[in-house]
Amino acid sequence: MMVKILDVVIAGLLLGGIYALIAVGLSLQYGVARVLNIAHGEFIMLGAFITWWLYTIVGINPLVSLAICGPITFIIGYMLHRALFTRLRISSASPAAFEGNSMLACFGLLFIIQNVAILIWGADIKGYSYLAFPVNFGGAVFAANRLVTLGFAIIIGVVFYLFLARTRLGKAIRAAAQDPAAAGLMGVNINQVLALCFGFGALMAGLGGTLLSMSYKIQPTMGLEYTIIALIVIVLGGLGSIPGSFIGGLLLGLVGSIVTYTEPGLSLVAYYVIFMLLLLAKPTGILGK
Amino acid sequence: MDIVRVISKRSFVLGLLLLILILLATSPLYAPRYTVILLTSIFMYIIITVSWTMFSGPTGYISLAPAAFFGVGIYTSAILGRALPLPLVIGIGGLAGFCLALLVGALTLRLRGIYFVMFTFGLVELLLHFVLWWEVNITGTTGRVVPSVDNTTVYYLMLIIFAILMLTAYLIKRSKLGLALQSIGQEEDAAAHTGVNVTMVKVMTFAISAFFMGTAGAIMATRWTYIDPRIAFNPLLSFMPVLMAIFGGMGQLYGPVIGAAIFTYLEEFLITRFPYYYMLIFGIIMVLAIVYLPDGLVGLIQKLWKRISERKYAYT
Repeated sequence: MMVKILDVVIAGLLLGGIYALIAVGLSLQYGVARVLNIAHGEFIMLGAFITWWLYTIVGINPLVSLAICGPITFIIGYMLHRALFTRLRISSASPAAFEGNSMLACFGLLFIIQNVAILIWGADIKGYSYLAFPVNFGGAVFAANRLVTLGFAIIIGVVFYLFLARTRLGKAIRAAAQDPAAAGLMGVNINQVLALCFGFGALMAGLGGTLLSMSYKIQPTMGLEYTIIALIVIVLGGLGSIPGSFIGGLLLGLVGSIVTYTEPGLSLVAYYVIFMLLLLAKPTGILGK
Repeated sequence: MDIVRVISKRSFVLGLLLLILILLATSPLYAPRYTVILLTSIFMYIIITVSWTMFSGPTGYISLAPAAFFGVGIYTSAILGRALPLPLVIGIGGLAGFCLALLVGALTLRLRGIYFVMFTFGLVELLLHFVLWWEVNITGTTGRVVPSVDNTTVYYLMLIIFAILMLTAYLIKRSKLGLALQSIGQEEDAAAHTGVNVTMVKVMTFAISAFFMGTAGAIMATRWTYIDPRIAFNPLLSFMPVLMAIFGGMGQLYGPVIGAAIFTYLEEFLITRFPYYYMLIFGIIMVLAIVYLPDGLVGLIQKLWKRISERKYAYT
């Protein structure tokens, strides 16, 4: 019994680590840049497929791919914001109108990225095996790649938190999150900071994708499911709260693991029920103001 | 003179509408079979898009749930198709959509903006996974067969629903309810303070729009004949009406109609010629439409029209 509980809890944390990472990315994009990025999952997919490509064709270690996929998705995200969302932000009548317009533009991006990926990689399910040997953990057995994934997810999360809390750019991002107009008046180059935020969000998604591809099967249409999970997590953690997203991710992973243990087909349904109950009881989330 | 102009304009519009309706109603008699099938698809998208715009256009609450209501209609048809006559099945399909929307609306429409979008966005996936789980574990199948109906009947049923929907949308737009919806979109707090029962208005309109999506689903199922959860709850059917409505323009009733008609035709055209690129092209059009055509085609036409008519009267 003890082993079983340990089994479920650790599996939950392993799943939750990934959820946390991708949710932090989305939280940054929505909480600061005010873009509800429905195409978030597509960046995860891009990260996963680039890693798969590099591993199967060139033989590059997926952990090294972290240093390649991150910058690639960052640049895509940054340029997208400069080219598209900055323009929309200026032309939209109000912040609420911008939220609506930018979200719809993200739908367009979802179609574009997903179909470009299908054209390049085909629509089939792909996967590779890396660090797939078992590790015994107090009686519970796990694949090593999942433990590596969790370790990296936590390291990336902590590094990013320190970046936000300790650096000058991090301070500018926090200022922009509170009030973009006032931050602009205080000398923050607001367009630059928002674009960077969007880029960092895409970076987290790319890293999440790389980590995911080590232990899960991937396909070009996988993004939507992760987007929905990330959305649920950021509401769970409180919109715009980055530590909240991290905790929310781990929590949701835990729930997913428990439900998967009892009734595998219903994990997404369970997430949704939690989401629904949360919206009714406390829409501001566990760490929301 | 102005009155004469207004009256003649109105009778002209009415005459035009009547002519279009007669042409559409008689088209199975002379048009090729392919055209009738294409027109049925066009009507399906118009019904979903116009009913989406009925709620989301004036209020600004972006619903991504059309596929859910459409799918519920499809499953009604699949479950009851053999037992009951078709018009009844369609009515029940609509009612099922209506009830689901009442429930969802009552739960979520107290929430503002972005939460509502997220909720409806996930609803389709929830239903998809739940029905998939149910079919696999409880009924032991994945797909269902729907009794098929000939193309002409399907066409006429779509046409009838389309006509009822346009009339309903027009009446709502002209009524107090339409005004209330508009005021909610502009300033919800102010609307509540001036005595609009905000939640009631939102939930009812949302449910009415879902009714039409449900009927469209129930009709379409008879043409597809084989359905499974992934066909019935295809998230694409949630995104398309949004795209079509934006492209057409939500300011006028005919905007979504034009948008849906053009896009469905475009879809047919692209799918046969560039099967691998058509979703990509859609994505590009969507982004361009949002950046360059914020008021849609209708907004563009009105702007051009204004420019022309201003020139005409400039020297009088």
